[in-house]
Amino acid sequence: MTNRDFWRGFARNKGAVLGLLLLLAVMALAAFADILFPGDPWEMATAPFQPPLSGDALLGSDMLGRDIAAGIAHGARVSLVIGLISTAVALLIGVTLGAVAGFHGGWVDDAVMRFTELFQTIPNFVLAVVLVAIFTPSLTTIVIAIAVVSWPPLARLARAEFLSLRSREFVQAAVTTGQSNLTIILRQILPNSLSPIIVSASLMVATAILLESSLSFLGLGDPNAMSWGYMVGAARTMIRQAWWMSFFPGIAIVLTVLSLNLVGEGLNDALNPKLARSRG
Amino acid sequence: MLGLAQLFAGRLVKAAAILITIVVLNFLLVHAAPGDPAMVMAGEAGAADEQFVAQLRAQFGLDRPLTEQLATYVGKVVQGDLGYSYRQQRPVWDILWERLPATLLLTLTAFLLSLALGVLLGAFAAVQVGRWSDSAITVLALLAYATPIYWTGLMLSLLFAVELGWLPAFGYETIGAGYTGLDHALDVARHMVLPVVTLALFYMAAYARLTRASMLEVRGQDFVKTARAKGLGPLRIETRHVLRNAILPVITVAGIQAGQLVGGSILIETVFAWPGIGRLAFEAVLQRDYQVLLGIFLVTSVMVILFNILTDLLYGLIDPRIQVAR
Repeated sequence: MTNRDFWRGFARNKGAVLGLLLLLAVMALAAFADILFPGDPWEMATAPFQPPLSGDALLGSDMLGRDIAAGIAHGARVSLVIGLISTAVALLIGVTLGAVAGFHGGWVDDAVMRFTELFQTIPNFVLAVVLVAIFTPSLTTIVIAIAVVSWPPLARLARAEFLSLRSREFVQAAVTTGQSNLTIILRQILPNSLSPIIVSASLMVATAILLESSLSFLGLGDPNAMSWGYMVGAARTMIRQAWWMSFFPGIAIVLTVLSLNLVGEGLNDALNPKLARSRG
Repeated sequence: MLGLAQLFAGRLVKAAAILITIVVLNFLLVHAAPGDPAMVMAGEAGAADEQFVAQLRAQFGLDRPLTEQLATYVGKVVQGDLGYSYRQQRPVWDILWERLPATLLLTLTAFLLSLALGVLLGAFAAVQVGRWSDSAITVLALLAYATPIYWTGLMLSLLFAVELGWLPAFGYETIGAGYTGLDHALDVARHMVLPVVTLALFYMAAYARLTRASMLEVRGQDFVKTARAKGLGPLRIETRHVLRNAILPVITVAGIQAGQLVGGSILIETVFAWPGIGRLAFEAVLQRDYQVLLGIFLVTSVMVILFNILTDLLYGLIDPRIQVAR
């Protein structure tokens, strides 16, 4: 597939283009947070309880006079970084396990799949809460907890791909030419199974952002990093007096997650063009 | 009927394996937690002098080898002893037992509601495919997918409880009203509306999308063409032939997602001050009450297993072949 085909497939999905623009805007907000809103987002910037569009706070201020807009801009960083890194870790765990299971088959496959099924049955948000609470909240524990609860679908996907590619001629040819298992997995099978994995990973970034925001909503966020979930959670009890404190950070989450989901669907259409057409 | 018995036996073995793993995981988590469990317990009890810690260590057998401790721990859990919460000065099991009914009521209602409404909306979208109502349902599903449920809950309560005053914003019942019988049930039902709808909304969207896709797929199959050729009416084809077959993957996914629904109750119960296990989890997090938190992990896992059995029963109800096939 050429680059042009890819973009043509992607652009055919109007929602995906919209999602990509939205995502780029969120990324720009995260990148330029320090220029747009210099200073610490935890510091008091104006009078407390300022409604939106009043004084010097565009989206209002919270109970401690912190600028909501500044919090959203700096929170974009935390959300995107945690979403990306935890997806990367989940990919590492899931694809490795799935690849091993699908490539070896037999009892290895059985054992790995039982393990995966077990992790899918465990209520994953509860496990994430338990992990972060016990190992004290920090960016590292949050990333690990999210990765630990989100790898199973990736493992299943990778296994299915590996299982079907394993018996194809080009893989058999590689086996006869004496390539090692690791080389075959990394150089022959993996590149050919990437497209569905990429699509799932892009959707997983969205889920990871939702998970992070839920954890920090419960007070399990990194205490040094401003995050959207924390902002909603902290303002929750004041919703009667000041709706904007929890409204705008929530909108930021919705738009970011929505953009990632749309981009994921676009990737799906672009990477699996046959499927996209048959879906009509 | 042999098939059904076998199915259940298989399920039970699987459930037992899951439970044992979770118990072991719990045990490991207590030991992997930073700080020695005796110190943690002493801290929870509010005293940390050397003698007390040593006494605790001996009392709970923490000076024994790890495998022996694990055996003791498993033995205790089997007897329903989930440890003791020093924060609340009560056994963990008693605390959980008291909170369980509220959570079961909330999650079960939300589960069935999301499944019923999701299938209904998805079927409607599939029948109307390409028209504006189809697009509207697709957009709604996309939005529900992207919205954190705790935020949906807050916004719904802002609209329907704070602004419009139609429904109570939080709690399980009107405190001090002293309702009995039917009045009490109605009162609880009114309090349930917002949390149940919030929890169900997200999953409803997921099931609607799935039903729609599944129905569109089934519709192209040969037996549907046969039904059409026989001259059956469109309504009968859509309900009896297409929907009945299309619904199976939806139920499978519903079973898989039961764990997430139960997990989501932590957020919903926190938002709506619903006095269940989820709210308890939030309190345990605030107080760093690990014993209670690990007990919740075990109980919610059991709930997921029960939900899975429930979906199996639904499955058998819709597709009678299951009994023989498995």
